[in-house]
Amino acid sequence: MFDLVLQALQTLFTPEHFVYLLLGVLLGLVIGIFPGLGGIAGLSLLLPFLYGMDEVSALATLIGLVAVIPTSATFTSVLMGIPGSSSSQATVLDGFALAKKGQASRALGAAFSSSLVGGLFGAIILTFFVQIARPFILIFGSAELFMLAIFGLSMVGSLSGKSLVKGVVACGFGILVGSIGSAPATGEFRMIFGIDYLYDGLPLVVIALSIFAFPEISELFRKESAIAGESKLGKGGMLTGVKDLIKNKWLALRCSGIGTIVGAIPGMGGSVVDWIAYGHVVQTSKDKSQFGKGDIRGVIAPESANNAKEGGALMPTLLFGIPGSGSMAVFLGGMVLIGIEAGPSMVTKDIDLTYTIIWSLAIANVLGAGLSLFLAGPISKLTQIKFSLLAPFMIMVISFAAFQATKDMMDLWMLLVFGLIGIFMKRFGWSRPAFLIGFVLATQAESYLNMSVQFYGWEMFLRPGVIIIIILSLISVYYSRKGTVDENAELMEKERNQKLTLTPQLIFAAAVLLFILIAIVDSNQQSFLGGVFTLTVAYAILPFALWLVWTFARKKNSDPAVFDAEQAVEEGTFKAPWYEPILWIGGLYILSVLIGFIPAIMVFFIAFFTIKANTSLVKTAVLTAAGVGLLFLFGYFLNLEFPQGLLL
Amino acid sequence: MKNDNLKQIIILSVLFLGVFFLFSFLQKEESDSISEITNPNSKHYFQDKTIEWIIPFKEGGGGDTWARFNAPFFQKHIPGNPAIVVNNIPGGGSIKGANLFAERVKPNGLMILGTSGTTQMPYLLDDPRVRYDYSKYKPIMAYPTGGVAYVSPDIISEELRNLKVNSVEEQIEKSVRIIQELIDNKVQLKYGSQGPTSLDIVTMFSFDLLKLDVQAVFGFRGRGAGRLAFERGEVKIDYQTSSAYLKNSIPLVESGDAIPLFSFGALDDNGQLIRDESFANSPVGVFNGEIVRVNVPHFGEVYERLGHQLSGIEWDTWFAFMSAGFGGMKLLLTPKETPDEIVAEFHKGIGAMKEDPEYQKNKFKALGEYKQVIGKPADKIFDLATNVGTEEKAFMKSWLIEKYDLNLK
Repeated sequence: MFDLVLQALQTLFTPEHFVYLLLGVLLGLVIGIFPGLGGIAGLSLLLPFLYGMDEVSALATLIGLVAVIPTSATFTSVLMGIPGSSSSQATVLDGFALAKKGQASRALGAAFSSSLVGGLFGAIILTFFVQIARPFILIFGSAELFMLAIFGLSMVGSLSGKSLVKGVVACGFGILVGSIGSAPATGEFRMIFGIDYLYDGLPLVVIALSIFAFPEISELFRKESAIAGESKLGKGGMLTGVKDLIKNKWLALRCSGIGTIVGAIPGMGGSVVDWIAYGHVVQTSKDKSQFGKGDIRGVIAPESANNAKEGGALMPTLLFGIPGSGSMAVFLGGMVLIGIEAGPSMVTKDIDLTYTIIWSLAIANVLGAGLSLFLAGPISKLTQIKFSLLAPFMIMVISFAAFQATKDMMDLWMLLVFGLIGIFMKRFGWSRPAFLIGFVLATQAESYLNMSVQFYGWEMFLRPGVIIIIILSLISVYYSRKGTVDENAELMEKERNQKLTLTPQLIFAAAVLLFILIAIVDSNQQSFLGGVFTLTVAYAILPFALWLVWTFARKKNSDPAVFDAEQAVEEGTFKAPWYEPILWIGGLYILSVLIGFIPAIMVFFIAFFTIKANTSLVKTAVLTAAGVGLLFLFGYFLNLEFPQGLLL
Repeated sequence: MKNDNLKQIIILSVLFLGVFFLFSFLQKEESDSISEITNPNSKHYFQDKTIEWIIPFKEGGGGDTWARFNAPFFQKHIPGNPAIVVNNIPGGGSIKGANLFAERVKPNGLMILGTSGTTQMPYLLDDPRVRYDYSKYKPIMAYPTGGVAYVSPDIISEELRNLKVNSVEEQIEKSVRIIQELIDNKVQLKYGSQGPTSLDIVTMFSFDLLKLDVQAVFGFRGRGAGRLAFERGEVKIDYQTSSAYLKNSIPLVESGDAIPLFSFGALDDNGQLIRDESFANSPVGVFNGEIVRVNVPHFGEVYERLGHQLSGIEWDTWFAFMSAGFGGMKLLLTPKETPDEIVAEFHKGIGAMKEDPEYQKNKFKALGEYKQVIGKPADKIFDLATNVGTEEKAFMKSWLIEKYDLNLK
């Protein structure tokens, strides 16, 4: 075996192959920086060049591209609070909090070195286990996958904040939103309200952007300061981050293990791996007080897991021809095009190709992390730019990213609607991670439950795998009650001495309650299999939601569920009313519908810089041209579409 | 708002928008002119143009791979070397992208649609979400495929499992005996399906015609997930389209973990059902360590041997939907009004593509044994795939209601 392993390395290090690997890595880094663009966009750019390449070079390019996307996606997650890819959502929690404290480069340093550890770990596991992984992968039947979804949901306890009730309702709310669209068991359409767009459910990208990025952008918008506020960027921050990793090396290795295993299970999807790792670090840490407020461990855990995931995901991809993640689907498509067939032969007659892939993965991770570390220092200066100059770019980026989800104007409207919900969740201290975990796992939990009930009936609970995962879930629930992530603890302390008006909270809770009732009515109209899951979840959270409404209605100020950041912060923190960002962004979208996105973004940039940043004519023109130019550049090279206008 | 601000906004907006719309207007002018094609002295019609190839499926899937395999050859061989852009618009099991095509397309060859069996099914079943109409399109190219259904040896008696076959005839006999045994023993089978309006209809209908007691479990994401459930032993019966079968199910047959029952067959030039040559000499079983290779019998052979007629409404319905799902697995479409000269440019490109050694080298792995056809054979496939008689349609619809409580209104 080792002959082959080394031989593969040797082939890869010949100059012509190495250049291709580097090309893939560079492309992956550039594309990964832009949220919403992933391996897919990269592949379409690469494809014309794949023809005529030899197998090794083509594989190296493809793997180089796929491997480093989670690495560079970290930039926006940390610096702007915009989840750069579906597996770096959890990084936002502490990464962005650190950036706001002026420690962006420390967070990036830790993130990239964790990515490196995770990526290498995944490659090593792959090397040793690829030949014997087949039975392991086959252990995970639908019953086990259902229990894994439940295990994922058990993380909610650690992320729900002071009020568990609100956390549970937020999670259930997420599940209900996630079950919009066609029912996995029957294909019936649920809660689509006659909107075609909702047939396939809401896209994860749109929801992640609106729940995490949108509220942050709108808050910065209203504060009118730089992201890092007044804080100075610490010197040598990046090295501090690397040292942080060394201090927490065992954590990084544990999370790499989690990432590899979750990645290797086909059907789990990459979008929960970061949350499981994040939940793990919270549960196993003694001092939990800083999580959500800028704890470096909250960056190390998800970042080591999401790079390790790719190594794990390669196992089902290579062995069964079944993609273990979204980017693996693209990789698999790429392999077909260069005439390589994934399947059992990858560990027998094509084992040399498998080792080439593994080495490419390892080297790509080293190159990707190295280059990103190199860039981290200069790029983190972005956090010091006055926000009124940065805001239009960020709004452009999230709109553009959301539109890549389904290329429908509805992507943008949904971004706005759920952005509004995100703003209120943040303001009233409803756990956004709990909502997102519920959303991500909704379809998975439901379809695997349906399958396992039909395949195994009650016997599913006798399966050893299921029992093990149930025990893990119970342990996770037990630890989660020993302390939870609470980003609002300090504000809440202050709030105790104030007299709050509870009406805004009451209205929001009532709106959530209304949605739960709609879900109940809607589920009752479906067939039994089509409605039972949604109905159960809705009934389960109904008493909690009622209790919340009741608590707010009778003005019980001392309850831990009561929280309103808007009223707790110091006077003068916000320089604009809460709805102003929504008016700007909504205005941009209305204009896009009328004249098309690109012209609308021009007008938006010009108006925003002139009014909010008071820039001169020339500066406004230059900034606008830069923004639109960037959009054109990406649009041209990646053949991207933008919303077209009705009028022109 | 200060006056100066307003002035600045207006000046800059007029400037930027003016430049933008001027450019897009000029570009549009150019792409809208079809006249050049009829002028023999002009440059090639597709020169400096971009062809948008709409694929109503996700990146990485079968439909996507098909388009992406062809795109560079189109670019290289269509006279004038147009840029080919594959645009994935997934959603609603391919309905969304096809609807969008219907809404936007002009008969100028600059936007083409690649559909699949999955796109044909909801159209044939009058799904109310469908806003595309095949009768308004014509095929540029067609590409058929097939599939094989197979069962797990666990559910078959040992004697039958080890029954050695030496010819297709004997394989037909074996399939028939397996089916008979399953019926006699009242074995309930489960099948992992993507949903009742997907291409799986054809498979589930086939099982039903054979009187097999198969319960479909929905919610599987793709046939790959179904195969994995088979390998895990959760389902005992499965089917894969040709390329997936050859790649990933054949190893199961070789290791004795799967026994092929029937293929969906192929259509000859006259539209008759024949054995699928993709499976000529493919393994059908392993006996005392010896792998036996014969062709896999097609559904009709097995069905007939079980004592059914290859006529009547049940058979006609099966044949119609098999042709739509597998015979016309992939269709490349343009509106009917597209001038023949433009379609001819495509055909020139496709003709040259087939001569390209690079294409010949890779086509087997990407497309399998099947040929991408143009002209008359393509028209024939298109016709079979998109024109299903009203009786057959009605029969399928009532079957879906009866069996899966699926009402598409």
